[in-house]
Amino acid sequence: MDLKEKLLASFMAFENQVDIDNPVHEIRSEAIRNFESKGFPHRRLEAWKYTSLTGLQQVDFSIFPKESQGLDYKDVKRYFLHETDTYKIVFIDGIYSSYLSETTHDGVDICLMSAALSKPMYRPIIELYFNKVASGEDSLTSLNTAFTHEGAYIYIPKNKAPRKPVEILHFATGNEAALMLQPRNLIIVEENAELQVIERHQSLTTNEVLTNSVTEIFAGKNAIVDYYKVQNDQHSASLIDNTYIDQKAGSQVSVHTFAFGSKLTRNNLNFYQDGQHVNSVLKGVTILGEKQHVDHFTLVHHQQPDSESHQDYKGIYGDLSTGVFNGKIIVDKIAQKTNAFQQNNNLLISDKSSVNTKPQLEIFADDVKCSHGCTVGQLDRDALFYLQARGIPKREAEALLMYAFANNVLESVRIPALKLRINKLIADKLGVRLGFDL
Amino acid sequence: MLKIKNLHAGLEDKKILKGIDLEIKPGEIHAIMGPNGSGKSTLASVIAGKEDFEISQGKILFEGEDLDDLAPEERAHRGIFLSFQYPVEIPGVTVTNFMKTAINETRKARGQEEMPANEMLKQIREKAELLEIDRKFLSRSLNEGFSGGEKKRNEIFQMAMLEPKLAILDETDSGLDIDALRVVAAGVNRLRSKDNAFLVITHYQRLLDYIIPDFVHVIHDGKIVKSGTKELALELEEKGYDWIKQEAVL
Repeated sequence: MDLKEKLLASFMAFENQVDIDNPVHEIRSEAIRNFESKGFPHRRLEAWKYTSLTGLQQVDFSIFPKESQGLDYKDVKRYFLHETDTYKIVFIDGIYSSYLSETTHDGVDICLMSAALSKPMYRPIIELYFNKVASGEDSLTSLNTAFTHEGAYIYIPKNKAPRKPVEILHFATGNEAALMLQPRNLIIVEENAELQVIERHQSLTTNEVLTNSVTEIFAGKNAIVDYYKVQNDQHSASLIDNTYIDQKAGSQVSVHTFAFGSKLTRNNLNFYQDGQHVNSVLKGVTILGEKQHVDHFTLVHHQQPDSESHQDYKGIYGDLSTGVFNGKIIVDKIAQKTNAFQQNNNLLISDKSSVNTKPQLEIFADDVKCSHGCTVGQLDRDALFYLQARGIPKREAEALLMYAFANNVLESVRIPALKLRINKLIADKLGVRLGFDL
Repeated sequence: MLKIKNLHAGLEDKKILKGIDLEIKPGEIHAIMGPNGSGKSTLASVIAGKEDFEISQGKILFEGEDLDDLAPEERAHRGIFLSFQYPVEIPGVTVTNFMKTAINETRKARGQEEMPANEMLKQIREKAELLEIDRKFLSRSLNEGFSGGEKKRNEIFQMAMLEPKLAILDETDSGLDIDALRVVAAGVNRLRSKDNAFLVITHYQRLLDYIIPDFVHVIHDGKIVKSGTKELALELEEKGYDWIKQEAVL
């Protein structure tokens, strides 16, 4: 039985576990039908030309997570940004860990999808927002929608801002030989409200993990949302991240993706601008080695006038690693005075690494400013010589130059502790100690 | 200190240096002058170890050691410093942090402890003052958005921090106005001692009014065609390089 058949068969078992009278269940049923007819995406599709899921479909993944024995905080402490200065929504093998989490209902809701789905008090919000921006066409999103059960639920009402950032963490303990996880996050930030989120998926063993995650983010008028994805996982872990963002007038949403490797990562990041004076920021730092693969697939859809989008993705590829950047920008006819910028710069630091970069612009308005640029190159030899001539050994000099290359992406990180952490991850990833805090 | 014997070097398909002989002793300042394209900057880069150039013949000895197998950083660790004609911009790395890295890597290579932070700050402050560098400047990204003069002053500041035995100044005067030139030259003169040496590479005599050389060499078509004292520089200033070129042909 291949993975698709297994998932379809499992859906029936899943229906026995969940409340099928919930209105959400109709959405689930419709979604499984879409997945059944489309199946997994394949490389004959333009959008999946450079990323193959064939290998993953041969793996016998467990679909339903078993409760594991839990984790001690001290063993996973290093994956958290801070012990007390963040809210935490933590899952172990897909199951919520109240022990490791710190949720709140104090003026804002930072809690669980399963609770939001089952408690009547959340129903109006769920009906208003759930699956409203996520694609009904994308088969992997549909697959996740069909199995909607658990994930993070964050609701920030008008004019509110939680007093600290939220960390969403998914640990896989290896209690199954191969485990498939499908977290579903719903994040609503109402008018003038603010939120910062850090999301991380972490496998703790070398057992295979496949995560197919969907996150919906709704930013109300003038809302400010900063979302940080930290991807630095085991070589046995794969992640398909589908993030959909709906932005109302005046809102500012940024998504930073730090892709430091796993076996395979696909980031489908979709911004829909549904108001004037919207600002969307998409930034990424990718540092890969070995046979790792990351595919960034972004969409920014400008649907209203006077808005902006800024994309800046930097990639450093070593060993046999491969990368993809596909950036699509659509400017609707009415979206006059749009400013859309896109930049993708890549360094290939081995002869055998490669990157495919492709801007896709569909512009139907005539009074817009759009620019895009991509580069693929190697480290500047003159710069390297300059540093070496100052006594900095070649390896450190290369690391310093790579750091400098990726640096401007970090400038917009607004959580200082996170910025420091990412700096350290970059230094680690480059395999050197730089001798100072960058 | 430095002995260059019959040095032939160039790029893969182009010979640039065609038999250079030069000896520099501790305490000396040598100037190398010559027209554009004569091989001045190549000589500087080859001594500092730039890998783009290949040595086909001859050798460079530094304190008796053949430099041939040494990487640029190893030459730096032994006390060779090159002030670049075109310093490279490194966004995101401040002047201070860059200096800390360079100094501590050098100390590490010499088997010394890292410089204590307060000592480092003291040194940075002193040397910055020497070159009339504003404190704010030290927390800016290295060379990013620096004017030509700021870049050169920053090079000499780095030299002052690293205290090399042999400093090679490659066209340090280009892009400098007269005030900046004075500051840079004063900095160099303050750092002179009986134990260190300078190799000053320049197209014009101007810099040599401020940094007085013990010897002047004229390079043309990859060879030193004339050596003398500082009067030679004045003669060149007066007569131009054509005179040398003609003499070389004869």
